[in-house]
Amino acid sequence: MPELPRIPVGKVIADVISWLTTHWSVFFDGISSILVAFGNAIYYVLSLPHPYVLTLIFAALALLVTRRPGLPIFTVIAFLLIDSMQLWDAMLNTLAIVVAAALIAIVIGIPLGIWAARSTSVSVTVRPVLDFMQTLPVFVYLLPAVFFFGIGIAPGIVATIVFAVPPAVRLTELGIRQVDREVVEAARAFGARPMQVLREVQLPLAMPTIMAGVNQVIMLALSMVVVAGLVGAPGLAQAVVASTQSLNVAGGFEGGIAVVILAVYLDRLTGGLGERRRRRGRKRRGRRAGQVPPEEAEVERENTRQPVAPVA
Amino acid sequence: MIEARGVTKVFGLSDQKAAQRLADGAAGREALAADGGVLAVDDVSFTVETGELFVIMGLSGSGKSTLIRMVNRLIEPTSGTVLIDGDDVGKMSDKALRSLRNMRVNMVFQHFALFPHRSIRDNVAYGLKTRGEASRKRVEKANRALEQVGLGHRGDAFPDELSGGQQQRVGLARALATDADVLLMDEPFSALDPLIRRDMQNLLLALQGEFRKTILFVTHDLNEAMRIGDRIMVMKDGRSVQMGTGPEILADPATDYVREFVADVDRTRVITAATIMREPLVVATADESPRQALKKLEGVEASGLYVLDADQHVLGVAKDEALARAAGSGKDLKSVLVDDYESVTEDTPMVQFAHLSGNHPVPLGVLDAEGRLQGVVPRAAILAAISGDNGTEAGETSTEGGEKVTENA
Repeated sequence: MPELPRIPVGKVIADVISWLTTHWSVFFDGISSILVAFGNAIYYVLSLPHPYVLTLIFAALALLVTRRPGLPIFTVIAFLLIDSMQLWDAMLNTLAIVVAAALIAIVIGIPLGIWAARSTSVSVTVRPVLDFMQTLPVFVYLLPAVFFFGIGIAPGIVATIVFAVPPAVRLTELGIRQVDREVVEAARAFGARPMQVLREVQLPLAMPTIMAGVNQVIMLALSMVVVAGLVGAPGLAQAVVASTQSLNVAGGFEGGIAVVILAVYLDRLTGGLGERRRRRGRKRRGRRAGQVPPEEAEVERENTRQPVAPVA
Repeated sequence: MIEARGVTKVFGLSDQKAAQRLADGAAGREALAADGGVLAVDDVSFTVETGELFVIMGLSGSGKSTLIRMVNRLIEPTSGTVLIDGDDVGKMSDKALRSLRNMRVNMVFQHFALFPHRSIRDNVAYGLKTRGEASRKRVEKANRALEQVGLGHRGDAFPDELSGGQQQRVGLARALATDADVLLMDEPFSALDPLIRRDMQNLLLALQGEFRKTILFVTHDLNEAMRIGDRIMVMKDGRSVQMGTGPEILADPATDYVREFVADVDRTRVITAATIMREPLVVATADESPRQALKKLEGVEASGLYVLDADQHVLGVAKDEALARAAGSGKDLKSVLVDDYESVTEDTPMVQFAHLSGNHPVPLGVLDAEGRLQGVVPRAAILAAISGDNGTEAGETSTEGGEKVTENA
């Protein structure tokens, strides 16, 4: 049997990356400083109020969204615990990165999802790319991210975006494709423009599913941001990484618990937002939704999140 | 007026390839299927006159829903043209097409297709909103349309708070609100319970009586088609197999397929006096003598005849015994006339007159609006029409059957 020639896949990619680093450095530096500025701006806003005040604001938000006392009470106790563990500032840093990455992922993901829903060829093209982004081991692209964006908050945000964009695209596309075909036809039959159909019918009816996607984006961002600590992103991640590297079990757990608290809070908050919309959406969806809304089954399947990624 | 000329739709193939195949006739159509194409609508032409309610009837997969969507180009035809009041829909720009859908052609859907996140009033006003009408005017028109369908008080409700029948009333109101002349209705009542369906048919007929829209109505229910349609086109496998009024199709099914369909129809509700009436074998005019009339009766061995004036108005019935007595005593024909007959108008369905026949010396008379005798319905014609599959015989062999009946009458 003749041996297959060795195809230098890795080398080609490494060469491309090296070429990009050399010739596109200005471009990447530009992106990097934008990301850093964005992340810092969010951090700055979050750090303005006193921890107790921010805790109350978070609790109020929880009450507003869930309209039940459970989450607000949890919020007050849990965030005060973070403050008492002296991880408040680290938590804010992490939250800032999560919010920045999630916002960017949503801004990229939802329009892409809309596009994919409207064009089958886009959908077919985008799908394997999303698979690639979701399954390629994080550390593999963390390294080039450092080459491109240096150490710190920027590569963390970029790696987080790469990981968090897919559910935004997928669930947006799914949500729009699930909208009753006849209802879309009705809008067209009454003379609506394509953009009107999207804005007035498809997006509102897809909103519960899109919100489920937003929830996924935030959760994935949070799980990723801890890994990003390895490339120097500040925050809880760093507390965890530093502790584990110096075999400091106590410090590791404290950082880990703070991450869990943040995860639970963000999940319930955005989940509650989606839940409320979905309830309204389903109620308004009328008699046709006799069967289990398919978006729910689909969400289950998409639900491959690990709220807290085990840190290596 | 809607005119469809040779409208064809092939799914799954490029228009070019489809056109090539279609040009090859029957062999091309087979090749088309082998290529993975689906010929949903195959060279269908029809004309819906202004103010007419035209029904497209066919089972699922017959292409009727595709056909109706090609009228307002929700589906792009592969070939053929659709004209609405003379304007070629296929040649319209996007803008012209939107304005057509907005101002002139509206649609009602099988599963109502209401916007679940909008109130009933906003649903009804949707066409007006896309058209850019001022909000106050929108509300006004929407409320009026809701009143027309009997839901004037439910404007603030949401679709899921309404029953299926009510939801379709909203669907109807949405189409009425824009004052479009043409209404496309895609199996609008199929998803409703039979009783509600009947209500909705009545509502549609009442509204149609008032507004006289040009309606293209798709259904798989022949009884519905017969009940509401001015004319019906029966479709099978994308082709039109027969076109005509309900009674015409019932009396003379073009193919076995239609015949099978027609077998299930309650014929007594569809067949009207006009469909099965025939020329009376004998009539007398008032200036004839009793002896002459008697002579006529002798010829057909009947026991009575209609006596008409010069304008065909029925003056009465003369029975053979009375005629014989009058002939003996020298009285004139008018003196022996009796009212021993029943009459109906031409559009009376059979179910309303079947029981009237057979009790009189003359067959059932069919009169026009001015009371002129148009024809008669002998009992045998009714029995033949009810008995179903020989609907053709009832029409074609009328003279023969008629004589026999008159003999016995």
